[in-house]
Amino acid sequence: MTTLTAPGTLSSPLRHTLAGLLRSREIAIAVVAVLVVAVTTAKNHQFLFAANGWRDLLLTPSILLLLAVGETAVVITRSVDLSIGSVVGLTAYLTGRLFIAHPGLPVGLVFLIGLAAGGVLGLVNGVLVAFGRVPALVITLGTMYVYRGIFLTWAGSNRVNASDLPDSFLRLGTQQVLTIPVLTIIAVVVLAVAGYYLYSARGGRELYAIGSDPDAARLYGLRVTRRVLTAFVLSGAMAGLAGVATAARYGTVSANAGLNLELQAVGAAVIGGVAIFGGSGTVWGAALGAFLLVTINRALPVIGVQDFWQQFVVGAMIIGAIVLDRVLSIRRDRKIAAATSAARAAARGNS
Amino acid sequence: MTTAATAQPTASRQYPAHGTPWWRRVLLTREFAIIGLLVVAFLYANAAVPHFNSPLTLYFLGLDNAEIMLIALPLALVVITGEIDLSVASVVGLSSVLVGLLHQDAGLSIPLAGLIAIVAGAVAGAFNGFLVAYVRLPSLAVTIGTMALFRGLAVGLLGTKAKTEFPTYWTHLAQEHIGSSRYPVIVIPILVLLVFFVWLLHFSPFGRGVYEIGLNDEAAHFSGVNVERTKFLLFVLTATISAFAGIYITLRNGNARGDNATGDELKIVAAVLLGGVSIFGGRGALHGVVAGVLLLGVIQSALRLENVTVNVINIVIGVLLVLSVISSSVLSWLSRQRSGPSPGLFRRRPAVAAAVPFPGTAPTTKG
Repeated sequence: MTTLTAPGTLSSPLRHTLAGLLRSREIAIAVVAVLVVAVTTAKNHQFLFAANGWRDLLLTPSILLLLAVGETAVVITRSVDLSIGSVVGLTAYLTGRLFIAHPGLPVGLVFLIGLAAGGVLGLVNGVLVAFGRVPALVITLGTMYVYRGIFLTWAGSNRVNASDLPDSFLRLGTQQVLTIPVLTIIAVVVLAVAGYYLYSARGGRELYAIGSDPDAARLYGLRVTRRVLTAFVLSGAMAGLAGVATAARYGTVSANAGLNLELQAVGAAVIGGVAIFGGSGTVWGAALGAFLLVTINRALPVIGVQDFWQQFVVGAMIIGAIVLDRVLSIRRDRKIAAATSAARAAARGNS
Repeated sequence: MTTAATAQPTASRQYPAHGTPWWRRVLLTREFAIIGLLVVAFLYANAAVPHFNSPLTLYFLGLDNAEIMLIALPLALVVITGEIDLSVASVVGLSSVLVGLLHQDAGLSIPLAGLIAIVAGAVAGAFNGFLVAYVRLPSLAVTIGTMALFRGLAVGLLGTKAKTEFPTYWTHLAQEHIGSSRYPVIVIPILVLLVFFVWLLHFSPFGRGVYEIGLNDEAAHFSGVNVERTKFLLFVLTATISAFAGIYITLRNGNARGDNATGDELKIVAAVLLGGVSIFGGRGALHGVVAGVLLLGVIQSALRLENVTVNVINIVIGVLLVLSVISSSVLSWLSRQRSGPSPGLFRRRPAVAAAVPFPGTAPTTKG
C-alpha cells in the first residue's frame, strides 16, 4: 500500500492534502451544488431570498437524504434495496392511521414507531437476502411489490388528510430552529451518526470489507450474514423515518406516496460517488448527491426549463457520474501501475 | 443415480447430471416447475373462476400481456449474460411519444413514424450497450440512469399532453383477431420473435456464447466468444423490440403519452426471473420465460375476474417472485444436506459445479 504514494508526488503535506481535497467527490459535488444555487439565485432572487426560499432549500432534500443514507449502507455491501419507496408509503400511511386512532399520541413516539416499523420491513428483506443467499435485487423487487400492495390494500380508497393529523405534528414539518428546519436537523443528525459509524466503527468498516470482496470477508472471519442484515435493517429504518417525515411535511398521504423514491435514492448515492458494486463511497457523498439532485430539480423551472425535463437531467447526471468514476479509476490505475513499476525499477537499481 | 454410475466403471469421467434418465433431466427443472404451475393455475381458473373459460379471456390475455412477452424474450438473453436492462419501459414510453409526435405533428404515416421510432429505440439500445459492453460500466447503474434519461426525454417531449388521433385502420389492427380465431393479431409477431429467439439462444453459436458469458465472461473471451459485441447486440435488440412494443401499445390504447408503461420494467424482469432465468447469469431457457409471462398473465386475469384489486395482485406477484428465488435456494440446500454433491431436484449452478471431479471416487465414498 505504501507504494501508492509514489516518490515525487509528496513534495509537501499541504500540497498532498489540497490535491486530496480536489480529488474528493464530496467536495466536487458540494461545489456543483453551490454553483447551481448561485446561478439559480442570480437568475431569480426568489429562489433563495423569498419568504420560504432558504427553508425550502434545506427542507425539500431532507427526505431523500435520509433514504440515500440508508441505501448507501446497503449498496456498500454490494446489495441494493429497491423496496424503500414502498416502505416510505407504508410508514407514512401508518403514521396517519396512528394519529386517527390515537389523536393525542406524542410526536416523538410516532417517529420511533415509524423507525421501528421501517426496521422490521428492512429486517424481512435482510433475512431473505442474507439467509436465502439470493440477490438483493430480486428480493427487494419482490418486497417492493408486496409492501406497496399491503399499503394500497390497507388504505383502500381512503387517504390521510392534513385534518387527520394533529397541528403539533404538521408544524414539525415546517418548523425551524435558528432558521434551520427541524426535519433537516433530524436528517443531518442521522447523517452524522451514520457517517461516523461507517467511517470509524468496526461494524461500518466491515460493511466496506464485505462489499469489496464478500468471499475474502467470509474467509477472514467477518460475520457477513449479520452485517448484511444490519445494513438492510438500517435502510428500512431510514425509510420508516422518511415515511413519518413525509407525512409531517406534506400533511397528506395519497396512493403514490414514496413512488419511485428508491431509484432516486440509488441515483443520489451513485452521483455521490458510491460504487454500485460495493466497497467504496461515503454517506456524505450520497447526502450531497441527494441535495444536488433535489436542488437541480427545483432549480430547473426557475431558470426556465419546463419541469417535464427533470427526469432527463437526473438520468444524465447518473450516467455522467458513473462515466466520470470510470475515467477517474482508469487514470488512477495507470498512475498506480506507473508508480509501482518505477518503485520496482528503483529497488532493482539499489540492490 | 449411483447405479448408472457404477454400471460403467471404466468411463474416464462421470457427470452425475448425465447419469439420470433423460426424461428426469428434462422434466425436473425449474422451467417445468413453472410450466406445471401455469397448467395448474390455468386449470384451476378454468374450473373455479366464473367467466374465465370464455373465449374473451384468452383474447385479452394475449392483448394485455403482449408487450411483456415481447420484451421478456430479448431481456432473458441479457439476463443470461449476467447483465440487466431496467430502461426497457422507458424506451416503450419514448417510442410511444415519438409515434404520436411524428404522426400527428409532423404528419408522417404510421409505418414511417413507427420505423423512425424503432430506429430511435435501436439508438437508445446502442447507447446502453456501448456503456455496458465497451466502457464496461455496471449495467444496473447504467440502465437506472438511462431509465430516467429516456423517460425524461419522453415526458419532456410531450409534457403532460397526450396524442390520441390515430387512423382507425391501425388502431383496429392492433385489436383485431386472427381470422375467426380467439387470438389477437399481435400473437403473430410474438410467435415469429419467439422462433427467432429460440433459434438464437438454443440453436446457434451466438446463444452458446450468451451462456458462456454468463457463466464466466473471461473464459468466454478466451474460448473465442466476442463478449463485447454479444452484449452490445443484445442491448440493441432489447431496446429495438421495446420500441416495437411501444408502437403496439400506442395503437392498442389509442394514445401516446410520456408515462406509458411506467413501472413495466420491473414486471418484465419479474416475469423473466420467475421463468427460471438466474439473475447471476448463465442459466435459463425460453420455455421457462414464456411460462413465467403467461403465469403472471393468468394469475392477473383470474384475480381480476374474481374482483380482486390490482393491489392484491401486486402482492401475489411480489410473493411469487420472492418464492421463486428462495425456493431454489432452499431446495438446493435441502438436497445438499441429503446427499452431498449429488444433483438436487432443482439444479442450480453450485450443484452443477460440484460434478464429480475424479472417476469412481464419489460413488464409493457415498456407498
